Amino acid sequence: MSTINKSMTDNKKQPSSSDGPSRVDGRLKVTGAAKYSAEFAVKGLVYGVLVGSTITKGKIKSIDIKKAEHAPGVLAVITHFNSPKVPGYQVATDPGKPAVKGPVKVFNDDQILYNGQPVALVIADTFERALFAASLVNAQYIAEKHITNLKDNLGKAVATHDDTEYKRGIVDAYKSAPIIVEQEYMLPSEVHNPMELHALIARWDAADKITVWDKTQGVKDTQSNIAKLFHIPVENVQVHSKFVGGAFGSALQVWPHEVAAIIGAKVVKRPVKLVLGRADMFTSVGYRPLTWQKIGIGATAEGRLVGITHHAVGQTSTYEDFAEGPTDISRSLYACPNVNSSNKILGLDVGSPTWMRGPGDATGAFALESALDELSYKLNIDPIELRLKNYAETDPESGKPFSGKNLKDAYKLGAEGIGWKNRKQEAGSVTRDGWLLGYGMSGGVFGADREPATVKATMLADGTLVLQTAVSDIGPGTGTAMVAIASETMGIPAHQIRFDLGDSLYPNAPQQGGSTITSSVGSAVYMACRDLKEKFQQLIGNGGEDKPNYAKILKQHNLTQLQVVTDSKAGAEVDKYAMYSWSVHFVSVLVNPATGVVKLNKVVCVADSGRIISPKTARSQVIGGAVMGIGMALMEEAIFDDRYGRLINNNLADYHVPVSADIPQIEAIFVNKPDININPIGAKGMGEIALIGMAAAVANAVYNATGKRIRNLPITPDKLVDWTALT
Amino acid sequence: MENKNAHSKPESELEEKDNSRRNFLKQSAFITAVALTPAPAVKAAAMHLDEKIAEAFEKVPVKLEVNGVMHNLSVEPRATLLDILREQIDLTGTKKGCDHGQCGACTVHVDGHRVNSCLTLGVMASGKKITTIEGLAKGEELHPMQEAFLKHDGFQCGYCTPGQIMSAVACIREGHANSETEIREYMSGNICRCGAYPNIVNAIQEVKSGGQIV
Ligand code: FES
Ligand code: FES
Repeated sequence: MSTINKSMTDNKKQPSSSDGPSRVDGRLKVTGAAKYSAEFAVKGLVYGVLVGSTITKGKIKSIDIKKAEHAPGVLAVITHFNSPKVPGYQVATDPGKPAVKGPVKVFNDDQILYNGQPVALVIADTFERALFAASLVNAQYIAEKHITNLKDNLGKAVATHDDTEYKRGIVDAYKSAPIIVEQEYMLPSEVHNPMELHALIARWDAADKITVWDKTQGVKDTQSNIAKLFHIPVENVQVHSKFVGGAFGSALQVWPHEVAAIIGAKVVKRPVKLVLGRADMFTSVGYRPLTWQKIGIGATAEGRLVGITHHAVGQTSTYEDFAEGPTDISRSLYACPNVNSSNKILGLDVGSPTWMRGPGDATGAFALESALDELSYKLNIDPIELRLKNYAETDPESGKPFSGKNLKDAYKLGAEGIGWKNRKQEAGSVTRDGWLLGYGMSGGVFGADREPATVKATMLADGTLVLQTAVSDIGPGTGTAMVAIASETMGIPAHQIRFDLGDSLYPNAPQQGGSTITSSVGSAVYMACRDLKEKFQQLIGNGGEDKPNYAKILKQHNLTQLQVVTDSKAGAEVDKYAMYSWSVHFVSVLVNPATGVVKLNKVVCVADSGRIISPKTARSQVIGGAVMGIGMALMEEAIFDDRYGRLINNNLADYHVPVSADIPQIEAIFVNKPDININPIGAKGMGEIALIGMAAAVANAVYNATGKRIRNLPITPDKLVDWTALT
Repeated sequence: MENKNAHSKPESELEEKDNSRRNFLKQSAFITAVALTPAPAVKAAAMHLDEKIAEAFEKVPVKLEVNGVMHNLSVEPRATLLDILREQIDLTGTKKGCDHGQCGACTVHVDGHRVNSCLTLGVMASGKKITTIEGLAKGEELHPMQEAFLKHDGFQCGYCTPGQIMSAVACIREGHANSETEIREYMSGNICRCGAYPNIVNAIQEVKSGGQIV
């Protein structure tokens, strides 16, 4: 397997915010010219506004839509009473068997499965009129008793499908170890809350032909899902998603509001724009599930791990068995002979959760890395040293060698960056200007997968290289990284390269999720460019130079363009190696002993994710993950009022996410060693590991500062204030 | 410059809207009657159709000067400046992130001051000068703050970015960019879920210390 040689790889200097080429689509973003899904001036556009259920569980008795229908500008009010049936929803049910679980079937029947579930869609000629008319829809329900509380119902949790139980060595071996930590952890439900509201414009072009401008992380998946739901040929569905204003996992599937808008466009025979309200973003497009975890971990007095037991119960809805894999991390992060785990779910009367940045591992890392930190104090061993003592040289789960692992370098770089030598092992022992000062660290890991991807590469007569593939870019800067790869491979400057994405017309690419894009599409771009270069070399005979003048060659051969379409996918290496990216997060915090306020003093994040293709955007991705991890640690929590089964903080004033005042400078450090066994470009994913482990690093620093171990996130001031001292 | 069109949308679209309105009026014969006599109005009110009567009176004229272009619009009093910009004038650079004044994505300048356009009714901005992200650059030449955001990668997805940049320019103009801490405090009304805050702060500091006129 050949790899790209690049001096960048050897560059030990870490990037600052101004280093490296800027984003290829940056100019469009800073001038407001970038068009997100709700921003296309489609001819004849009308507006849809959803009405949500006001009960949590039960049935719709009646819906009075008369007032709304008669309101000015209203074109239609759609409910399950009058909606055309979505063909894909009409699956025959076997009366003898339990109903097949699946997404909410919008406007299909009278069932209410969660609070805020769409019960009507009002379409009017302006947004204001649709919004007002929606307020006039009056639904009556037959309410049933609902359950939205996880903690009180843990006993009812069930095992999910496959892969929920794991056992290596002796079950609960930790109990026999001389030093034991056994603790429970609660992770509240967190909401993706990308800044762009989920939105789409749906237009029927013919009875069996549709175009959608949609917020999606995967245009191809959205395309095939819509085709399946409406029983139309895949090629008759066009999906455009050029710019996506963040998603973090919330746009990995077709949600009920998308189906609703498509139904609406059919009914009014006009293109319908539907933009979710921020409150709907909390219930109708998923969230990270509320999860209870229990960890038992035991070690010898010297700090060798004897056993880890990790159990988790995650919240799901009653209609879908969504399960993260929070316990997976305990199988592979450390060399430990005995590990057993279980991963259960509990169906509650809530909207379904979904994948959110660092799914499973972010949840699990908080528990495991908090427990390991606690163990380090019991052992009186430095937390980094404890990790080094249990360093996994091969994958503890499969026994395979790692494709590439430089985690020891990462520990070292991070420790130097934060000034770990200044940390005191004794918790609560350092003050600065009346604030308690503490240091903490934690690790993260995520599988480094590579999905099949196809790239069409075309050299135009003027020497412009056009690359096309149906990937989305939710923010990391996919286009920028792809252009960098192509520029280097073809030997032409970046400004001569155009990367077209976000359109279902282009060749296949995976969803932008699970940190796979640079590895998958990046490899495809590299291979397509190599193929194209080879084609040029064939044209001019062997012995072509490394930086040919492509335009000149085309002219000499009377060609208007030269094109290749290259497929790329993982090979035999997947059976040979265990493949992961790793991160280590270091923080120092200041805690006010009187108010319990936690301030981030310094943050250093290290990524061991192979070769860094685009230093500027990679750095931003690491910083962004750290910020979201700080939110997870200190403020994010979707709170249910279980009496009504409704969220009480479904807005950005009450659900706190980090703002500028919460975030110090964050140092992003890259080990930047190519993983030569994983793919031809040596790069691995970074989106997830940037977040995974961050929350535990903060919690561990808070412990080092205060001596208080907070195991139920977020670490709000009330959990740190010493109330007894106040009375 | 005076823009004669009620909207800046293409003619064809306007016609289509007008058409649908005419069709609607034809179908609802009683509406025309309302204009002539109060009796059907009373009946209409009894039928809970008072909304339809209101329709005839509900639009008000508004003059908005946006990025130097005058727009004479007829809007509903309840329409926000944000929705007027995005839906009527097709200036979609100004973003909607919450519609409740909680995120800053919709930040524009009204008479030089930063405001949340989702909390500003269009009628409140009548006669005022509005600058949106589309009006910040001088033709091809980017505003220094736009350049700095590009250089320091002050964004990822780019959705909060127009609001951040409009806020950042105002932050310097207000004299609230004298230290990193002050910048962070005065930029905290603009949420960036992609977490570009440190880069945004670097961009603002560069413009501030560069002494360019913003
Ligand atoms: S859209 Fe105006 S503040 Fe969020
Ligand atoms: S750049 Fe995505 S929200 Fe700020």
